[in-house]
Amino acid sequence: MNATQLSALDIVLRDAEIIVSCGSGGVGKTTAAAAIAMHAAALGKRVVVVTIDPARRLADALGLADGLSNEPMRVHLDLGPHAQAFGELWAMMLDPATTFDGLVRQYAETPERAERILANAFYHNIAGALSGTQEYMAAEKLYQLHRDHRFDLVVVDTPPTRNALDFLDAPATLTRFINHRLFRLLMLPARKGLKVLNVAAQPVLRSIGKVVGGDVLADAIAFFQAFEGMETGFRDRADAVSELLHSSITHYVLVASARHDTVEEARYFAARLADSKLSVAAVIVNRLQPRFGDATAEQALAAAATAQSAGDNDLAGLWRNLAELRALADAEEGVIAPLIADTGDTAIHRVPLLADDVHDLGGLREIAGHLFKVWPSGG
Amino acid sequence: MIASLRKRASGGRVDSVQFFGAARLVIVAGKGGVGKTTVTAVLAHAAAGAGLRVLAVELEGKPVLNDLLAGTPVEVLTITAPEALADYLDTHGLQRVSKRLATSGIIDVVATAAPGIDDIVVLGKLKQLERSNAYDLIVVDGPAAGHAITFLLAARGLLDTVRGGPIHTQAQEVLEMFQDPARCQVLLVTLPETTPINELIETAYSVEERVGVQLGPVIVNGVDLGEPITVTRNDHSPLTADPNLLAAAEYRNHRRQCQRNELNRLSADLALSQIVLPQLAVAGLTPADISVLSESLMQQIAQLPS
Repeated sequence: MNATQLSALDIVLRDAEIIVSCGSGGVGKTTAAAAIAMHAAALGKRVVVVTIDPARRLADALGLADGLSNEPMRVHLDLGPHAQAFGELWAMMLDPATTFDGLVRQYAETPERAERILANAFYHNIAGALSGTQEYMAAEKLYQLHRDHRFDLVVVDTPPTRNALDFLDAPATLTRFINHRLFRLLMLPARKGLKVLNVAAQPVLRSIGKVVGGDVLADAIAFFQAFEGMETGFRDRADAVSELLHSSITHYVLVASARHDTVEEARYFAARLADSKLSVAAVIVNRLQPRFGDATAEQALAAAATAQSAGDNDLAGLWRNLAELRALADAEEGVIAPLIADTGDTAIHRVPLLADDVHDLGGLREIAGHLFKVWPSGG
Repeated sequence: MIASLRKRASGGRVDSVQFFGAARLVIVAGKGGVGKTTVTAVLAHAAAGAGLRVLAVELEGKPVLNDLLAGTPVEVLTITAPEALADYLDTHGLQRVSKRLATSGIIDVVATAAPGIDDIVVLGKLKQLERSNAYDLIVVDGPAAGHAITFLLAARGLLDTVRGGPIHTQAQEVLEMFQDPARCQVLLVTLPETTPINELIETAYSVEERVGVQLGPVIVNGVDLGEPITVTRNDHSPLTADPNLLAAAEYRNHRRQCQRNELNRLSADLALSQIVLPQLAVAGLTPADISVLSESLMQQIAQLPS
């Protein structure tokens, strides 16, 4: 099989050890990740697919009624008649807080210190709510899974936010936070042996204390005292994660639908990747109106008029319907045109709007049918 | 006009003034990609058409409401957390704090120390606008993705973490506004498909139970209306031999039936009125489209049970 017969996603599956799926919420990103992972498993790879979406859509798509956990679970699915016997499909749902706890335990100087951090209210806020933490933990999990010898391929579904690519800056995210001027200030008492109360007397902290309250401030100070000394371990790990994300075995797949907002979001991701000297390996445009033949909207309308004047209202109705569907399809092509211009036509995979919602194996296979040309039958 | 989740209202009809006068602040919420911004623009357009003084508010993302509402008397405002916080501190005699927060960029840090503080200052700003009497209706394009519930829950969460000071007071006042159906209600937006409808039902129960805010009618966006397309003659023979024509008609009929099924399921599971906005043949919306959808909204408002 020569290269022209391969789709961009066939090439991704051939070359990648990590696939990152990016896009706005509601475009079918999770479903696409599941379809890619299933296909890779059918081709004989041992694949783990990671989702972050709390709606557990991946679990639904994979038919896992009990949901997913923060550890990979083997999914036993019928991967098709020609599926390679040695392929395996695993799935898990990222729990950022649990993943963060694991890192704290790994890098804390003593178990007691780790427990002090894990019990701190300010830490809980960082682990649960700090912007970028979820993305950073997704990258951390991806790193762990890639080093796990059980898997050949890791497919990651990123959070549906604008920050989804923040993990590309993973080393910066946490260290910037830790090195923030305020925190250096908060850490002073530990270094100089002063009491927390004295720190709270500093003008900046007093001002912040006025806004958020004294308890909140005390928690923050206690956290930074306990965290001191762990920055280096965190930073080195984050550097290793970042290196992996920028390496040639990590491929980025954009997912969009034919709407202005999701197309703009996909273009934004493409630009962010380019900023990091990374390229888009493939683009999936989901939920496109099917086209039903080659007649243009104008031709269909003309045929409707002809049928109408011949007195055949029902036939005219059929043509009008075709004209309406075609007008929708044409409008959609216009919307995705800028994305195609950015990424090139060969990267684009069009998936038509299926007659039913995708929430089962058959739907995932149907989607895979629009993404790949290489199938396990060897054809 | 507002039906509770637990009991279905019935009776007379409402007019647009009653509809838009139900609460001064309307927060439009729903998952990303369901058309929240479109619905915000349509509501603002329709209310302005009914003669109300309308403010449309954007909270995040690229500002688009100004373009969509071009040519209408609707005012458009963007509120961001850092600006709202600075504004709040200034008006509460804390200019010095505000200056320090701004100059050292500590807003992220403060928001981490007390999560929800960024949301509460935005909600506080909305509350201030609601109180100002400058507008009859304020429509807010709510936060995207799964953030809507967190956003609405910010007030309650902060009451526990911040036990005193101006933020505590702010949270308390926002909560009071939420619990008064005459001041604030939330409109949920969805699409006529399985997953978005499931998520909407989940969100509706969370919003009512955990936030205590009044829910207005559900708005279903992008509905393909229309009667089934005939594909056979009276004698059951196919209308045409063209397989594309037949497949297109069967596809359309099937999609419409799926949508009807989803709308019926929504009615069965959630006792809220529904407003459906038709699917338009344009993938990118223009002010003219907003006008068309606004017309459709007005017709349906006239049909709502009071």
